[in-house]
Amino acid sequence: MSTPHPQQAPAPVPPQGAPQQADPSGKWQGLPGAAYTSPIPIKRTHLGNALASEWTKIRSVRSTMWTLGIFLLLVIGTGLAIAANTEPRDYADVPYTLPAFFGLILGQICLITLGVLVVSSEYGTGMIRTTMTASPQRHRVLAAKFLIFFLVAYVVSFCAIGLVGLITSGMHEDGSVEAAPMGGTLLKGSLYVSLLGVLALAVGALLRHSAGAITAMLGLVLVPAILPAFLMISESMRPIGEKMLDYNAPNSLSKIFEIDGGTGGTSQLWLLIGVTAAAIVGAFIRLEARDV
Amino acid sequence: MIELAGLTKRYGEKVAVDRLTFTVRPGIVTGFLGPNGAGKSTTMRMLLGLDHPTAGDVRIDGLHYDQLKDPMTYIGALLDAKAMHGGRSAFNHLLCLAQSNGIPRARVHEVLDTVGLTAVAGKKAKGFSLGMGQRLGIAGALLGDPQILMFDEPVNGLDPEGIHWIRNLMKGLAAQGRTVFVSSHLMSEMALTADHLVVIGQGRLLADTSMADFIRANSRSYVRLRSPQQERLRDVLHEAGITVVEAGNGTLEVDGVGADRLGELAAGAGLVLHELSPQQASLEEAFMQLTAESVEYHAHSDPASSPPGAGPGAPSGGVSGPAPGWGEQWNQQQARKNEGA
Ligand SMILES: Nc1ncnc2c1ncn2[C@@H]1O[C@H](COP(=O)(O)OP(=O)(O)OP(=O)(O)O)[C@@H](O)[C@H]1O
Ligand SMILES: [Mg+2]
Repeated sequence: MSTPHPQQAPAPVPPQGAPQQADPSGKWQGLPGAAYTSPIPIKRTHLGNALASEWTKIRSVRSTMWTLGIFLLLVIGTGLAIAANTEPRDYADVPYTLPAFFGLILGQICLITLGVLVVSSEYGTGMIRTTMTASPQRHRVLAAKFLIFFLVAYVVSFCAIGLVGLITSGMHEDGSVEAAPMGGTLLKGSLYVSLLGVLALAVGALLRHSAGAITAMLGLVLVPAILPAFLMISESMRPIGEKMLDYNAPNSLSKIFEIDGGTGGTSQLWLLIGVTAAAIVGAFIRLEARDV
Repeated sequence: MIELAGLTKRYGEKVAVDRLTFTVRPGIVTGFLGPNGAGKSTTMRMLLGLDHPTAGDVRIDGLHYDQLKDPMTYIGALLDAKAMHGGRSAFNHLLCLAQSNGIPRARVHEVLDTVGLTAVAGKKAKGFSLGMGQRLGIAGALLGDPQILMFDEPVNGLDPEGIHWIRNLMKGLAAQGRTVFVSSHLMSEMALTADHLVVIGQGRLLADTSMADFIRANSRSYVRLRSPQQERLRDVLHEAGITVVEAGNGTLEVDGVGADRLGELAAGAGLVLHELSPQQASLEEAFMQLTAESVEYHAHSDPASSPPGAGPGAPSGGVSGPAPGWGEQWNQQQARKNEGA
C-alpha cells in the first residue's frame, strides 16, 4: 500500500465535551452514550411512504399544473365548442362523449409530456440522487411514480371526457335518435391516453432526458399516423402500412370513440398495454443495473 | 461506522476510485481530502448506493446502504447543493423527502429553522443563492436526525459567516456522538474542523491519520534569523549544539529550538539581530506536497511563479516562501519515520 503515513493506533482527541468514542472493535452501538440515537422513531419504510412522497412531488411543481391545465382546456374547450355546433341527430349510434375525442388527439401530448417530466426532470436537476438516497429501494420509487402518475392521468382524463359527455347529452338528448352508451368510451378512452402517459414515463426513465424522451414519444404517436400514406404507395409495404394505420394512436382513439362505426378499439388497447408493460419492465431492469 | 474495503470504481478505462480501504469512526469529524477528480464524490456516491462499485465493498454498520430500513434517520447526506428540483419550494422539497421515510411533517419546520431558511420556506429553490441552496441541502441531511452525516464539500460557495456556521454545526454534531464524514479540498478548513484525516489522490489512499498527528508531522515549525554578523552567529549557535540551515538571502533557519533561547544566545554573544521570528510551514503545503504527484488537472502557469506555497487561507499565517527543497526534506522526514515505525 502506498500509504506514506501508517494508520495511527491512538484515537484522535474528540472535541471538547464529546462523549467517549471509538472502541476499536467497532461495537460502538452498545456503549452507553457512545453513539447518537435519533429521537425520531425508526420505522421501516414502505410503498405508502413512497406514494405520499411522489404525490407531494407531482402536486408541487408548475409543470403538472401547466400540462394538466392545457389538457383540460383542450379536451373540454374543443369538446364543448364541437358539441355546440352539432345537432341531436348527429348522435345516432355514437356516444355523447364523442366531442371529447378531438381534444384528446392533441391533449394526449400533454399527458405524454407530463409522464416524461415526472421522471426526467429528476435526472435533469440532480434531484434523483437526493430521491434515491432517501429511498435506496429504487424499484419502490419508480413503482410509486408509475402509480401516482397513472392515477392522476386517469382521474383527470376520466373527468374531462365525462364532463364533455354529460354536457353534450344535456344539450342534445331529446329522444329523437339513440346514441351509443358512453361508459366504454369513458373507461377505455381515459385508459388509452393515461397509458400513453405511463409509456412516456417509462421512456423517460430509460432515456433520462426530457427532450429526448418527449421527441421519442411524439415519434411513436405521430410516425405511425403519417408514414402509412407513403407505405401505401409500394405494394410490398402495403400490409405494414395498413397495420400502422389500424393501430396508430389517433386511429386507436377514434376506434374507441366509435367513429365510423368503430370496433371499440379493444385490440388497439391491448397492443398499447403490451408495449407499455414491456417498457415498464425495461425501465425497472435498467434502473437497478445502472448508476443513478 | 463506515467501512470501506478495497472499494474500486472504474468508468471505462478511467479508474476513479482505486482499492480504497479505510474506516470512518463515530463521535469524530473525519475529513476526506483530495485534489479535483481524486474520487471523493464517487466514493460518497458508492457509499450511498447510487453508483455500483466495480470491486470491493462499502458498509455502514455492517450493512449495505440499500439494506437500511430507515435510511434518513440513519444517515444524512449532502452530495450536491443543486441536487433538487428548482421549481419546488424549500418546504415541499423537504416534505417529499420526509414523507418518503415516514418522518413527521413537524420535523420539516424544525430543520428549516435550524438552517435559518424559515423565512423563505415557501420560495422556489431555483431563486436561492448558492449558500441558501447549500443550507437547504443540509436541512435535508438533518431531516431524519441521523447518527451518520456525510457532506460533500459543504463550504463550497459559502460566505465566511456560512463557513463558520458549518464548521460549528459539524463539530456540534460530532460532539453529540454522531459520525461526521466531510470532504474538502482545503487542508486549512479541515485543520479547523476534522479530528481524523483521510487523503486520497487519483482514487488511491495517500494518508489515513489523526489530524493531531498530521499537524505534528507536517507543520514544521522553525525560527528564522537574520543578522549582519551571520558568521559569528552560526558559530555561536554551533557551539551551543544547535543545527543551523542556511536558507538563502542571508537568513538562517533553526528547527526545534525556541526563539527565546536563540535570542538569549545571540544577546549573550553581543550579536545584532535583524530578524528573529518563529515560523510555521502551512498544512496546505504539506497537503499539496502529499498529493503533488496525483494532481491531474493542473492549471498551466509559469512554474517559477507558482511554488507550492501557502494559499491565502493558510491557517498558521504561513511562510511567505518556503525554503527551496523543503518538500524533499519533508519526504525524507517521512521516510525516516516509516523506517523507524
Ligand atoms: N459518471 C462518470 N462517468 C465517467 N467518469 C466519471 C464519472 N464520475 C466521475 N468520473 C471521473 O472520476 C474521477 C473522480 O471524480 P470525482 O467527482 O469523484 O472527484 P472529486 O474528488 O469529487 O473531485 P472534486 O474535488 O472536483 O469534486 C474524475 O476523473 C471524473 O472525471
Ligand atoms: Mg466532488
